[in-house]
Amino acid sequence: MTTAVNTASIGIERSPGLWSLAWKRLLRDKIAIVSMVIVIAFLLLALASAVGLVAGGWNNEIAKNYAPPTWFKGSTTEEDLSKSNKSAAAGPSLDTGLSRPEFVNDRDPLRDTITELKQQLGQSTSGGADEIKIVDPLADVIAELKKKLGRTGDGDANEVEAEKLSSLAFGADKWGRSVFDKVVQGSETSITVGFAAALVATLIGAFLGALAGYYGGKTDDFLNWFYSIFNSIPYILLVLAIAAVLNKKGILTVVLILGLTGWASIFRVVRAEYMKHKARDYVRAANAIGASHARRMFVHIFPNISHVILVQLSLYVVIFIKSEVILSYLGFGVGVDTVSWGSMLNEAQNELILGYWWQLGAATLFMAILVTAFSLFTDSLRDALDPKLK
Amino acid sequence: MTTPLLSVRNLRVSFRIDRSNTFDALKGVSFDVMPNQTVALVGESGSGKSVTSLAVLGLLPKENAKVSSDSQIEFDGKNLLALSRQEIRELRGDKISMIFQEPMSSLNPVFTVGYQIKEVLKEHKNLTGAAADKRAVELLKEVGIPSAEERVDYYPHQMSGGQQQRVMIAMAIACEPKLLIADEPTTALDVTIQKQILDLIAEIQKKRGMSVLFITHDLAVVGDIADRVVVMRNGEIKEQGTTKEVFSAPKDDYTKALLSCRPAVDSRPKRLPVIEDFMAGRAEAMRSEQRARGVRDADPVVLEVKGLCKDFYSREGLFGKKTFHAAKDVSFKLRKGKTLGLVGESGSGKTTVGLTVMRLHDATKGEAWFDGKNIFAMTEKEFLPYKKRIQIVFQNPYASLNPRFTVGQILMEPMVIHGIGKGGDDRSKMAFELLSKVGLPEMSFYKYPHEFSGGQRQRIAIARCLTMKPDILICDESVSALDVSVQAQVLNLLQDLQDEFGLSYIFISHDLAVVKYMSDEVMVMSNGEVVEHENSDTLYQAPKHEYTKRLLDSIPKGLAAT
Repeated sequence: MTTAVNTASIGIERSPGLWSLAWKRLLRDKIAIVSMVIVIAFLLLALASAVGLVAGGWNNEIAKNYAPPTWFKGSTTEEDLSKSNKSAAAGPSLDTGLSRPEFVNDRDPLRDTITELKQQLGQSTSGGADEIKIVDPLADVIAELKKKLGRTGDGDANEVEAEKLSSLAFGADKWGRSVFDKVVQGSETSITVGFAAALVATLIGAFLGALAGYYGGKTDDFLNWFYSIFNSIPYILLVLAIAAVLNKKGILTVVLILGLTGWASIFRVVRAEYMKHKARDYVRAANAIGASHARRMFVHIFPNISHVILVQLSLYVVIFIKSEVILSYLGFGVGVDTVSWGSMLNEAQNELILGYWWQLGAATLFMAILVTAFSLFTDSLRDALDPKLK
Repeated sequence: MTTPLLSVRNLRVSFRIDRSNTFDALKGVSFDVMPNQTVALVGESGSGKSVTSLAVLGLLPKENAKVSSDSQIEFDGKNLLALSRQEIRELRGDKISMIFQEPMSSLNPVFTVGYQIKEVLKEHKNLTGAAADKRAVELLKEVGIPSAEERVDYYPHQMSGGQQQRVMIAMAIACEPKLLIADEPTTALDVTIQKQILDLIAEIQKKRGMSVLFITHDLAVVGDIADRVVVMRNGEIKEQGTTKEVFSAPKDDYTKALLSCRPAVDSRPKRLPVIEDFMAGRAEAMRSEQRARGVRDADPVVLEVKGLCKDFYSREGLFGKKTFHAAKDVSFKLRKGKTLGLVGESGSGKTTVGLTVMRLHDATKGEAWFDGKNIFAMTEKEFLPYKKRIQIVFQNPYASLNPRFTVGQILMEPMVIHGIGKGGDDRSKMAFELLSKVGLPEMSFYKYPHEFSGGQRQRIAIARCLTMKPDILICDESVSALDVSVQAQVLNLLQDLQDEFGLSYIFISHDLAVVKYMSDEVMVMSNGEVVEHENSDTLYQAPKHEYTKRLLDSIPKGLAAT
């Protein structure tokens, strides 16, 4: 505003607005400060991981597979370790874990059928390369994937194995990747998804809610109808449908899925606020001085309900971080080339039976801390913004 | 000399605002209420009258209110300040009861009125079953509710505001209290109903021989009913005495100002004397200088409204529509530099007319000729340049200013919209000028509305209208929410602005005295229709219509009636 010049020259202290008062109140709240520090720490962590300062090499296999957490090493019996190492060594190679090597053995359940089929087709059972192709149809894909991920073939495996660590701070996963790096990388994914999706949902919901609440009448009826239809479809089904339509895995997809399905609750809140405020005298006064609809909606009413939107936004972040975990766990989340807390939990599902709980533990721990801190922060934020201004 | 029923001695109450600051709400208040006596506690907002009543009832918030240790409140021989919460609760509603300002929000909407009366009876008199039913009906009859047997099963929303207040009174007297505290019981009511309720309270007081502590900001209403008057200001008692003494020979300047800053029906000084004028001793001179009012046919017309109708629809059932005629065939001419007063009780359609004229509502039918054009026939876009020429000041100054805007932003917004002034510096200069014109310090420019009092906020609202240099200013109950002394200041301001800029006002109010003071001609409305339209002096001296007569009769006249 151009009056800034005046302020400076006269040297008048501006009166504190809503935000500075709320900020002061927030700083008086001990829980708010603690939770804020934790959330900021997570944000910094995510930022550091995004620019590659931390956990850049999460995909490197630096330890033995299923290496236990450092502090847990002592309590793991040597037997266990050696057994796991042995079983690992028994496999053809660590790296080819993906390529179903066991299937060459007697254990392939389809072996008999295939033999039979081949016999029927008049082919010899010892087809060599042919046979392998039939047994493992994914071999090509995997080879390609490996190339993409920068992994070398089996030849290098021995070299790498020589340097591998027997334990890591948070343990290692199936491939020997550091669980700590993974969980940090997962934080980045989850926080990005949580914030971006919350922003998308808030933009959609707040905008439609403002239209519905402000104009009322037919606009309101139509948007309510739209919202009811959206809400009448079971959530997971809707997510599946959108995932199917977008047909591409990745962070952007997850953000879109969550954003497009999650706008309903903020729509209702903002709509109600606009209905309340549009009848207030200050909005009528704005009409009287000739302010346009858009001006009344976004210049006059919006600042008066922005605290509601902010609280809803931060609620969304918590909800969407959890949703991302669920989606990734169900396999609709981020692709295999990214790691998120959800995909870690997914992997951990199989590992848990074997007793390798550290991946599950790390992902849960990080998620629980962030979600709890953020929820508490949201509560404090709501308290601080509660418009009890005179 | 009998012993007083309630004796308040040296009552000091302070509130803690934050860690270091306290606010002294009462600075040593002493007064007595004798048995069978009505005492009026009069003062403006912030005078401490409500704090006094809360202290008597033991309802002060424990967390931040502190009653000084040498204070004494003695009721019926008991020291109320020494009683435990439980003992005070038993006393409340039984020996001391209270009625509040807003009957609608004081009654619980989900219970019938009979149930709520019986609840009081059960709590304090242990009366249940048929006996309680019978008593509830008796009480409703006593407060003058017609066909009480039926109404006892009504819910509060099925009754009018006046009837609700009667129910509140019935609840309050259910236990035959010795002391009734009435906190602004008529402020939210229309003038004719206010008179009925005042009469009812006076009647019950006499019949039952109880004492009444009547709290109000309006000195005029207590003239009829009070035996003694206590005038308070800023937590101190300015004057107390019998009603006659206070009204006919007020000693304190503040009391004098309170008595005369409220416009009277029979005189119209050029400016209303405010408290500062009394302090400076120039009030008497001001009172003698009278202002002539009235319109002649030769006066130029700014706005002519012909046959204005406004209907509202409410949905009834699935497909039905119910029509409510808020304004029926209203026609008038507004003359340049003159004021048209619009009077009527709530629901009479006076506000509807005001809002429709400036197109905040769309007219159902009718024409409004302004500057040679029918503004009702214009599109929103065509109307925009005219919008700034017809402006409105709303009733509630607490609601009509955007709480997130600084005063500077509020004042500069209309200039931005209408392209008044060149650039921000020019506009802020104009805003500063307007602030000093409406009597606010320059510092206000940087403050938010919540930092101002009601009167100051109304000045800001007026200044906002002035930024657009309007021809017509609609004042919709613009002074009704203000204290009388502040009201006088704002009325004076409006008067000055009219003299300076030649503004035409449409002055809407339920307060006949204020309308009389401000208006050249007056239109009386009832149920959406204009029942009388006259030059104001003629109308007040010789009302023709029944309704107008009834309205004029209900004006509280202070001591004049006794």
